[in-house]
Amino acid sequence: MEDNKQNVLEEESPKPAAPKPKPVEKLKKDKPKPQIFLLSSSPHMATVDNVPKIMWTVIAALLPAVAFGVYNFGFGVFLTIAASVIAAVATEAVVNKIRNKKITVFDGSAVLTGLLLAMTLPPGFSIAYAALGSIFAIGIGKQIFGGLGYNIFNPALLGRAFLQASFSVKMTTWVAPNTIDAITTATPLGSYKFENVMTPYFDLFMGNIGGCIGETSALFILIGGIFLLIKKYADWRIPVSYLGTVIIIGGLFWIIDPAKYPDPVFHLFSGGLLLGAFFMATDMVTSPVTPKGSWIFGFGAGVVLVVIRLFGGLPEGVMYSILFMNGFVPLINRYTRPKIFGEIKK
Amino acid sequence: MAKKITLSREFLKGLWDENPVLRMLLGLCPALAVTNSGINGLSMGLAVIFTLVMSSAIISLARNIIPKEVRIPTFIIVIATFVTIADKMLAAYFPDISKALGPFVPLIVVNCIILGRQEAFASKNSVGRAVIDALGMSIGFTITLTILGSFRELFGVGTIFAVQIMPDSFEPLMVMVLQPGAFLTLGLMIGIGNWLNARRAK
Repeated sequence: MEDNKQNVLEEESPKPAAPKPKPVEKLKKDKPKPQIFLLSSSPHMATVDNVPKIMWTVIAALLPAVAFGVYNFGFGVFLTIAASVIAAVATEAVVNKIRNKKITVFDGSAVLTGLLLAMTLPPGFSIAYAALGSIFAIGIGKQIFGGLGYNIFNPALLGRAFLQASFSVKMTTWVAPNTIDAITTATPLGSYKFENVMTPYFDLFMGNIGGCIGETSALFILIGGIFLLIKKYADWRIPVSYLGTVIIIGGLFWIIDPAKYPDPVFHLFSGGLLLGAFFMATDMVTSPVTPKGSWIFGFGAGVVLVVIRLFGGLPEGVMYSILFMNGFVPLINRYTRPKIFGEIKK
Repeated sequence: MAKKITLSREFLKGLWDENPVLRMLLGLCPALAVTNSGINGLSMGLAVIFTLVMSSAIISLARNIIPKEVRIPTFIIVIATFVTIADKMLAAYFPDISKALGPFVPLIVVNCIILGRQEAFASKNSVGRAVIDALGMSIGFTITLTILGSFRELFGVGTIFAVQIMPDSFEPLMVMVLQPGAFLTLGLMIGIGNWLNARRAK
C-alpha cells in the first residue's frame, strides 16, 4: 500500500529539471567531485570586514572631530582623551586576563569606547575621573556581560552616565573654546534652556561653542559620520530616523510656539545629537539587527530626546535617549524578526 | 522531613548557602532601597531579625491549628503585628533612623523572606528549629545589608558608620548612594558570591 502511494506520487509530480551546475574550470580537470561544493550555502561572498577593521575605521572617522576638539579646547583635552583610552585598554586587558580569555585589546573596540567616552566629557574634566569612567565603561558596561557583542548598553555612554551620576557638577562645567584661561560658559542648549539665549547657527555648525570635547563641531562629525555611512559600517536608517524624528517633532513644537521652543535646526546642530546619532546609536552591538527595528530604534530615541530637551530637567538628553532605547533592542529584535520564507502567520 | 539536619546547620545555612539576599534573591526591595549607609542597612536588618524570629516562633507554635486554606492571611496578620511593634519602637526611640528607613519598615510585612520562611519552614517545624532558622536567615540578611550599606557609604560619602575612612582629597562618587549604586553593588556582591561558590565546588 505504502509503496503504491509512493509510486503514484512520484509519477504524478514530474521532477523539475534540475539546473545543471555550470562547469568550473578547476573542477573539470580534477576527478568528479561531489556537487556539494557547487551548491554551498550562503554567504557566497568572501567578506573582508572584521571586527578590527570596522573598529579602527570608526576610530579614523572620529579623528576629525577629535582633532577639532583638541584645537578648540587646548592640549589639556588631549590628556583627557589619552587617559580615557589607556584606561579602557588596560581594563580590557586585565579583565581578559582574569577571565582567561584571549586578549582582545587589539581589535580596537576598547580604544573606541575610551575615545567615545572622552569625546562626551566636558573639556577640563579631571584625567583621573575620565579614567575611572573608562574603567567603568569597559568593566561594568561591557566585560561583565561577556565582552564585545554581548553588552546590552553602549559602554561609552554607560561610562558617561556613571560619571554624570557621580560628579554631576563637574560633568556640567563647560569651558569656552579658544581661551587660555579656562572661562566657564554654558552650552548652547543650556543657555537656551536656562537663559533663553540663542546661539548663532554658524558657530553651532563650525563648533565655536561650549560643550563636550568631541561634540561641538557639527561639520567635523558630519564628515566622519557620512564616511561611515558610505563605508556601510553604520546603518543609515538609525541616524536618518533619529535625526528625522527630532526635526519633525521638534519642528512641530516650534510651529506651535516659536517663542517658547527652539527651531529644528538648532535641535540638530546643538549638543551631542550628531555625535550620538552617527557614532553611538549606530553601535552594531547595541542597535537592532533588522531594518524595521532600526527605524523603530531611531524614532524612539528621537522622541525621548525631544521630550528630555523640551520638558525635562536636563538641557541635553542624547545619552539617556540612546541608553533608553538600547534597553529595548532585544524586544525590538524579537518583534521585527522577518518572516521565514513560507512561514504561516499564526 | 526524612533526614534531620543539625541545629547548627539550620542556623548556618541562612548565613551563606541559603543567604536570602545573595543566594535566594529575596527581600531585594529593602536591600536596594535603604542601604545608602551602613547604619541604615544594619537597623533594617535588626528590624527584620526581630520580626522574623518573633513571627516564626508564633507561627510554629500555632502551626497545627492554622487551617491550610487561610494560612497566608494568618501569616500576614502575625507578621504585621510584629512589624507594627518594630515600626513604633523605632519611631519612639530612634526617630532619625525611622525617618531614614521611611516606608520600608512597614513594608517588611510583605517582605518575601519573612513570608517565605513561614510558608517553607516555620509552619512545618518545631518552635526551636523555626527560631534557629529565623535567626540564621535574618542574621544573614542583616550581614548582607550592612556590608552593602557600608560599601556604598564608603564610596558614596567616604565614611563607614559615619567614621571617615577616605582621605580628605577623596571626592565621593555620588552614584553610589543613589539607586544605581545599590544595583551595582548588589550585583557585584552576588557575582562575587557565585564566583566563590564555583571555586569552592571545584
